[in-house]
Amino acid sequence: MKKIPIPIEENLGRGHLACAGCGAAIGMRLVLKALGERVVMVFPASCWSIIPGFWPYSSFRVTAIHAGFVTGGATASGIRAALDVKGDDETLVVVWGGDGGTFDIGLQALSGAAERNEDFIYICNDNEGYMNTGTQRSSATPLMAWTTTTPVAQPKENPKKDIMAIMADHQIPYAATATIAYPEDLLRKMEKAKGIRGTRFIHLLSPCPPGWRIPSEICVKISRLAVRSRVFPLYEIEKGRIYTLQEEKRVVPVKEYLKLQGRFGHLSNSQIEEIQRRVDESWDRLQRKARC
Amino acid sequence: MKKVITGNQAVAYGVILSRVEVVSAYPITPQTTIVEELSELIANGRLNTRFLKVESEHSAMAALIGASTVGVRCFTATSSHGLAYMHEMLHWASGARLPIVMVNVNRAIGPPWNIWSDQSDSLSQRDTGWIQLYCENNQEVLDTILQAYRIAEIVRLPVMVVLDAFVLSHTSEPVDIPSMEEVDRFLPPFCPSYPFEPEEPKAYSVITTPEYFFEFRYKIQKAMEEVSEVSRKVEDEFYVHFKRRYGAIERYGGEKADLLLLTSGTVTSTSRLVVKKLIEQGINVAGVKIKRFRPFPAKEISEAIKGAEKLAVIDRNLSPGVGGIFAQELRAALYPGEEKPVIFGFISGLGGRDITPELIEEAIHYALSHSQPEEEILWLGLKK
Ligand SMILES: Cc1ncc(C[n+]2csc(CCOP(=O)(O)OP(=O)(O)O)c2C)c(N)n1
Ligand code: SF4
Ligand SMILES: [Mg+2]
Repeated sequence: MKKIPIPIEENLGRGHLACAGCGAAIGMRLVLKALGERVVMVFPASCWSIIPGFWPYSSFRVTAIHAGFVTGGATASGIRAALDVKGDDETLVVVWGGDGGTFDIGLQALSGAAERNEDFIYICNDNEGYMNTGTQRSSATPLMAWTTTTPVAQPKENPKKDIMAIMADHQIPYAATATIAYPEDLLRKMEKAKGIRGTRFIHLLSPCPPGWRIPSEICVKISRLAVRSRVFPLYEIEKGRIYTLQEEKRVVPVKEYLKLQGRFGHLSNSQIEEIQRRVDESWDRLQRKARC
Repeated sequence: MKKVITGNQAVAYGVILSRVEVVSAYPITPQTTIVEELSELIANGRLNTRFLKVESEHSAMAALIGASTVGVRCFTATSSHGLAYMHEMLHWASGARLPIVMVNVNRAIGPPWNIWSDQSDSLSQRDTGWIQLYCENNQEVLDTILQAYRIAEIVRLPVMVVLDAFVLSHTSEPVDIPSMEEVDRFLPPFCPSYPFEPEEPKAYSVITTPEYFFEFRYKIQKAMEEVSEVSRKVEDEFYVHFKRRYGAIERYGGEKADLLLLTSGTVTSTSRLVVKKLIEQGINVAGVKIKRFRPFPAKEISEAIKGAEKLAVIDRNLSPGVGGIFAQELRAALYPGEEKPVIFGFISGLGGRDITPELIEEAIHYALSHSQPEEEILWLGLKK
């Protein structure tokens, strides 16, 4: 992977309220570095309604508009329209929504905006659950994972929704997966997204120590294992059709990823094998899409 | 220029003349011809207006919240289920102090499905911090939109302009359509008190602790309290330009009437005829049209009803478990005052049933012949 420089400017100030070791806080720092100063960030309800701090303070050094949980795609559409009317084509509009705000309750507004090919970048900060409200399951929660609404006695019965496929089928110009263990890759994708007009979608995996029941110092490691185990492959989709897969040289069994996380602590060997089988299947499917 | 146009066309003209910059809407009967007309006018016109054809009413309002935050003039229109679906965002618009103007075409809410006129949709949004103005005819619809932007942008609260389904929305009437130049002289471009400058970063709608939240709400109440005075000034200016005036309320009919009939929306036009006829028959009655529902014009009404012994209120809405919403607000508004007229609360015309002159006469005769209502709710035109 080509190394690219990471700007030293910080647009997420000190004193924010994210938990120790929050993967998303690292993700936010990197994303803001990539975005620069002329950006309007839109925040549908999520941990990020709280993290920047309480009025009259905010840790953001860029414009931040907090919005209703459902409304990421719609609020950003309106902001973009108004900036266009004012003749401001310099300011970038970027939504930062959680997996709940993207896969679930905000999907309709996002789908509407993507179908209209609204000109903004949508970052789905995926921590695989409703973390702000205390780790309830979302449709991004992985199969058989523990959450407070999928207790160990009845862990999540359904696999994670394939949001990338959904976004690709809207034929948006650009969609990419990224995660904090690969900062240069994340920045490269952000740069690429910035150079395109229309709806651009970044699916950012951000481990969450309390929600995933992992020690706060291993977020980056977990994020790397997610890629190496192919639970979360890194890839790009252009125009909804052209898939570019980033092959991982050091592939590890899914077990390596699962065993470090308390939310999978209850899994039996056969359940882990089942997850491995599904991960292999998804990888095959992705490869087929990349080939054609 | 006089033209014969429907209420919904009057809305579209009002929007275009106000030089609205972002429109965002989702279709619902009987609002649809507004979005159709606007699509045409915007597609053909030379106006700098963006029309976002969003996938729901919730998104329509959310998009305007985004656009209005950036400081442009915004508009949407909806009705009934669409308005109910927006509910969360109605609170957001007023909480964020955004001067959005919306038209709601009054329609009943199902089930059972019903597309006809009834005020239950807009009145069930009464606590969302929106100013609400009810119109009686198509001229008033156009004029009220122009005034709504002035009021909204001064007090920094959103305004809902309300008109009856079909009776206005789809009925043609002659309307004096002012020229763009005339409107420009009355309605200057929107100049937000806090300009949006991405180069000077700010955070909007940030989470607020109990230490401060309370005061944010207090300020909304204070802004509401300014509405009467601001509206009066806006109407004075409007009068200078266009020679028309409406008021928060309007009293018509007999001078020293013992009985007053209170209505809102198009029922008022029918009531005017009935009141005139009864006066000719020697019955001393008068009418009060209530145009502004929020903030409720308690002072104006108290003034207007001085000396009356009885008030007959016709509500084209129902708050189940209580009764008519205008009657309920009226009781609350008059309670602290000296004058305590007897209030006859009639419910009529739900789901678009016609409120005929005969029914209005029946209501007046009932009130005249009873010292007290026999029931809390008097059902007018109900099939028993
Ligand atoms: C309409 C509505 N329903 C529910 C909520 C409560 N709520 C706020 S944040 C949240 C969960 C957010 O989950 P996600 O989008 O995944 O973001 P995270 O907190 O995990 O970063 C919920 C359920 C709300 N604010 N609005
Ligand atoms: S709950 Fe998780 S996502 Fe939210 S701030 Fe804490 S670590 Fe970050
Ligand atoms: Mg989440």
